[in-house]
Amino acid sequence: MNAHAAEAPATRTTCPYCGVGCGVLAKPDGLGGATIAGDPKHPSNFGRLCSKGSALGETLSLSARLLHPEIDGRRATWDEALDAVGEGFRRTIAEHGPGAVAIYLSGQLLTEDYYAANKLFKGFLGSANVDTNSRLCMSSSVAGHKRAFGADTVPGTYRDLETADVLVLVGSNAAWCHPVLYQRMLAAKVARGSKIVTIDPRRTSTAEESDLHLPLKAGTDTALFCGLLVRLAERGAMRAGFVADFTEGFDAALARAKEIAPDAAATATACGLALADVEAFFALYETTERVVTLYSQGVNQSSQGTDKVNAIINVHLATGRIGREGMGPFSLTGQPNAMGGREVGGLANQLAAHMGFEPEAVDRVGRFWNAAAMAKADGLKAVDMFDAIERGEIKALWVIGTNPAVSLPRADAARRALAKLDCFVVSENVASNDTLGAGATIRLPAAAWGEKDGTITNSERRISRQRAFLALPGEVRPDWQAIAGVAARLGFGEAFAWRSPGEIFREHAALSAFENDGARDFDIGALADLDTRDYDLLEPVQWPARKGVGRAESRFFAEGDFYTPDRRARFVAVAPLAHAAEPTAPYPYRLNTGRIRDQWHTMTRTGLSPRLASHIAEPFLEISPEDATRDGIVDGGFARVSTEHGAAILRVRVDPAARPGTLFAPIHWNGETASHGRVGALVHGFVDPFSGQPDAKATPAAVSPVDYAIQGFALSQEGFGATPDNFWWAKAAAPKGFGLIFAGDAPPSLEGLIPGLEPTDEIVDLVDPARGTYRAAIFRDGALQAALFVGPQRQESAWTYLRAKLGEPLTTGQIRSLMLAGRASDGAETGPLVCACHGVPKGVIEGAILGGCADATAVGAATKAGTNCGSCLPEIRRMLAATREREAVPA
Amino acid sequence: MEQTRLVVIGAGMAALRLLEELKSACPGRYAVTVCGAEPEPAYNRVLLSSLLAGEAADEDIRLKDRAWYGASGYRLFTGAAATGIDREAKRVRLGDGRLVPYDRLVIATGSEAIRLSLPGAHLPQALVFRDRLDAMRLRELAGPGRRAVVIGGGLLGLEAAYGLVKLGCETTVVHLADRLMDRQLDSKGAATLRRALEAKGVRFALSASSVRIAGETRVEGLDLASGETLPADMVVMAVGVRPNATLAKAAGIAVNRAIVVDDAMRSSDPDVFALGECAEHRGAVYGLVAPAYEQAKTLAAFLAGDETAAYPGSLLSTNLKVSGVSVFSAGAIEAEDGDETIVLSDPGHGHYRKLIVRDDRLKGAILVGEASDALWYLDLIASGAALGPMRDDLAFGRGFAVAA
Repeated sequence: MNAHAAEAPATRTTCPYCGVGCGVLAKPDGLGGATIAGDPKHPSNFGRLCSKGSALGETLSLSARLLHPEIDGRRATWDEALDAVGEGFRRTIAEHGPGAVAIYLSGQLLTEDYYAANKLFKGFLGSANVDTNSRLCMSSSVAGHKRAFGADTVPGTYRDLETADVLVLVGSNAAWCHPVLYQRMLAAKVARGSKIVTIDPRRTSTAEESDLHLPLKAGTDTALFCGLLVRLAERGAMRAGFVADFTEGFDAALARAKEIAPDAAATATACGLALADVEAFFALYETTERVVTLYSQGVNQSSQGTDKVNAIINVHLATGRIGREGMGPFSLTGQPNAMGGREVGGLANQLAAHMGFEPEAVDRVGRFWNAAAMAKADGLKAVDMFDAIERGEIKALWVIGTNPAVSLPRADAARRALAKLDCFVVSENVASNDTLGAGATIRLPAAAWGEKDGTITNSERRISRQRAFLALPGEVRPDWQAIAGVAARLGFGEAFAWRSPGEIFREHAALSAFENDGARDFDIGALADLDTRDYDLLEPVQWPARKGVGRAESRFFAEGDFYTPDRRARFVAVAPLAHAAEPTAPYPYRLNTGRIRDQWHTMTRTGLSPRLASHIAEPFLEISPEDATRDGIVDGGFARVSTEHGAAILRVRVDPAARPGTLFAPIHWNGETASHGRVGALVHGFVDPFSGQPDAKATPAAVSPVDYAIQGFALSQEGFGATPDNFWWAKAAAPKGFGLIFAGDAPPSLEGLIPGLEPTDEIVDLVDPARGTYRAAIFRDGALQAALFVGPQRQESAWTYLRAKLGEPLTTGQIRSLMLAGRASDGAETGPLVCACHGVPKGVIEGAILGGCADATAVGAATKAGTNCGSCLPEIRRMLAATREREAVPA
Repeated sequence: MEQTRLVVIGAGMAALRLLEELKSACPGRYAVTVCGAEPEPAYNRVLLSSLLAGEAADEDIRLKDRAWYGASGYRLFTGAAATGIDREAKRVRLGDGRLVPYDRLVIATGSEAIRLSLPGAHLPQALVFRDRLDAMRLRELAGPGRRAVVIGGGLLGLEAAYGLVKLGCETTVVHLADRLMDRQLDSKGAATLRRALEAKGVRFALSASSVRIAGETRVEGLDLASGETLPADMVVMAVGVRPNATLAKAAGIAVNRAIVVDDAMRSSDPDVFALGECAEHRGAVYGLVAPAYEQAKTLAAFLAGDETAAYPGSLLSTNLKVSGVSVFSAGAIEAEDGDETIVLSDPGHGHYRKLIVRDDRLKGAILVGEASDALWYLDLIASGAALGPMRDDLAFGRGFAVAA
């Protein structure tokens, strides 16, 4: 059996993380796990995977899964649960109208799940309160696209990144957040000498690798691109014919741009940049035809995000650099199927299939769906939706595949609001998270990656199959089945009578082509007739895919033909910089938030991977040296960050490249993984007026040092007991168990923190009261069962070392007490993991550098570090530079 | 130039080391005669317990054969106990009446085991454990089904007990103090050692005082002050040693607990030297081989003409493989106020380390079960070097602390 399973061909599927949409080959091991490799044939990644994708095999455990429905904390049958959901929504609508129900979706849902949810709410419950965590991610891009192009269209393709001569990354740390795509850009840089410009207030890994980094002041992107537009206009570096023939509104946009940034000097002042850097950037843009401007959350997550998008698009329209090889504005989406969600219309201000709530669209979709109750106007966008829940106006909510109690702005308020719901349904694949814990009364076990079957669309409009390679465990069901089950209970069974995801996809494809005739960009009518086998075998396909139209061009807008009523693009006169909130005396900083390389969203999946917890294991705060010194904050220590909305306590990283006055904290940690790491709780609730996307990167904040008498960590194969009150802690997966990093005012007790010790367990300990040091290792059956390290300092290296030893059998003759030294017997400190893909710690890389490796390629040859996804290469290069610097200084 | 006559009384390990050192320091300068009471040349006394246990054979404990002495120009008399020193005539009298003249004399007579004056101590199966012959006698008495009691929970007693267990005897160690090796170990270290030895089959009666060896014509048991009697077929007394200084004392050489020597190992008679366990240097009498070797090196240098050669004394340390369990102890055993104590313990594996630090200097170390870094700790204590960054990794030994 097993041999047979091992020989089974790998399933071709797609990664569940970012919007690059990499192809994955998954080969089940017959024991519930799978070996994971990049799909060499997939046009997104050609076989490459990043650290997160490579570690997918470590995230398949069923131990933390929700495996059967629950109602009010007790196990229920699917029938009971679906009855309860149906009754909850029916009663709410009956008593309070359709405006009192809502569904909150996820960019990680498959298109088919999305379609089902959108159809039920907008076509049968009459509620447009359908929104998604994509609202937090790229809705400003959607709004910007619609304003400029008349449709939410990404004009270019990934190939443009390889054929461009200049790549401008705005508010995108692609090296960490879209690593595989970033590696494609770097490869092109080597192959054709393209230049990379990074525009980001932070000196990110992406910035470090670029030819030019413009560390602009937070929020001033609009000014920079206005200045650029003015410069291009003055120099005549425009494509006047394109502007004249295919666009509207240039003069007003230019006039506004001149008010905001009349020249390079004014631009530099507005953006807080060196004039020379601004000039260099302008010159590069002016003299290079092939420019792609990529942008991500730094642009989108802003109270002026849509204007930022349009400021960028304005420049591309003015130069006609759009829809042509190696040119164009390019929104990098953060989630694997944000694009699919947009195509379906799974946002409160969209109806379906790239149609809005224009009466004719409502009518058209209503006829197509044979709808019982069409929603006729925009619903509430995410932040408004949760405000309405807080006010008691929305009384029934269904959350599918996302964790808003962590990720929304004012997350503490959102969590409190959830508790007020009359009917709170969560479809989840994990048994416990902050959102479930916020009072979800009906819990539906959802299929997870590896079990799901459907399609996703990546950032370049490419639809790929995500295929199942594992059986549905327990009573788990795909989300579309749960939605269809509720629809049936509300009397709409006929419209939701799909038997497979392929049937849903066909309906979705047919709707995209329904009465389209080229009026709408999104048309995949060519896929509306796939039979089940065709669907199963579907190769990655880029839209548009119109029926009967053999279209060779995979880009949009090279020759105009936009989707506005007059088919002309719109320049947008963008607003001058106005932050939603300015720093104040009590909150003098601006708090920026974002992702780190090896975690994803709220860690429900990546948090299971030991490898991914190796690089950064704790929630942290990045602060400039000047600010740290002034506020008495030390590198490696702790700081309390607070805003008007919440507080967190984070490990401090003093970053010499950080811009004074700004703070950065990652978004991933939550109530499950850290005691004081819910950074979403700190973010203010302001949103962009056009997109409704939260202003997540500019909340006024205060910091103060936090001192703990003791620090340490625990490791256990079986998990931990309750942490003492007032403890700071963060959980991190370990290769054969669990890890806990903590700090507090007094040492925890061994028995309290590591329960379940058996009388036959052997405890080895080091007691050094003068140093406040206590270390213990517990051995069971000749292997490390658990460990506890307590001391006055952080114990990063010991953590890395012992974490890898957990569950490992002792070798013959090993003096096991020496393991309490917390490092290898050769004396080398291993330090934190730098290369997560190959598990190479910092110490090994340093050793290779000292051993003569002169560049990253040599380090890779010697240690394998950086040879897979490459996202650690910036860090390796930084280490090489640091070594060179040390060697250059005479001792 | 005519050779100076050098006579060495005693042919043990200290004497042999002196001969070796002389051979390299000033070959041929002295006409050396070595007189040993035992019937054979020096052997490795440290391995006596291994010999007893059958873990080492006779040839394993041999150091240099007779041919080496001859080839090195040394005259060796064995079975030739010295019975007197005539300092006037500068000659040594041997038991067989031979007189050996000297220009310079080295006394290396070592020490002898203390026999308790218990009733019954005269019985033939009441033995000490000091030399090769003792080991042979014990081997004859021991065997499966035989019962042995060892009085004394110090190094020697534990080694004897372990050897007897290995030979199949049911063996109990009776010790006056409440912990083993009480002069070298703290209570936790001693407990660790005790558990390790118990795991090897040795039994213990601690805080137990012996009052009588029972038996009329042969040993039948040991009566304890508690009233208990430990049945035994043999009793081994391992309660300590006494320096062999009677010969020197009789010759009028200054003797305190042992023969008093200066830093050049010279006694009150400028032509008479002493080293090893029969010598008392700056008030210290060492019972271990390492200081004797250091003394031999100094004395050889001095005899070779280096007038500045001086023995600075040895740090009192124990570094022995006690009965298959490594034990090391040096310097302070218990912390005093203001001392810092670092304890690393693995009771399951019988490993224990205690280090006492004061003012960033190591002042005491106890290692049980694993003592491969013993000499490094000893050096740190002896040199009084500042620990600095080594301090926090001290318990993990040189490999960790020095690399840190």
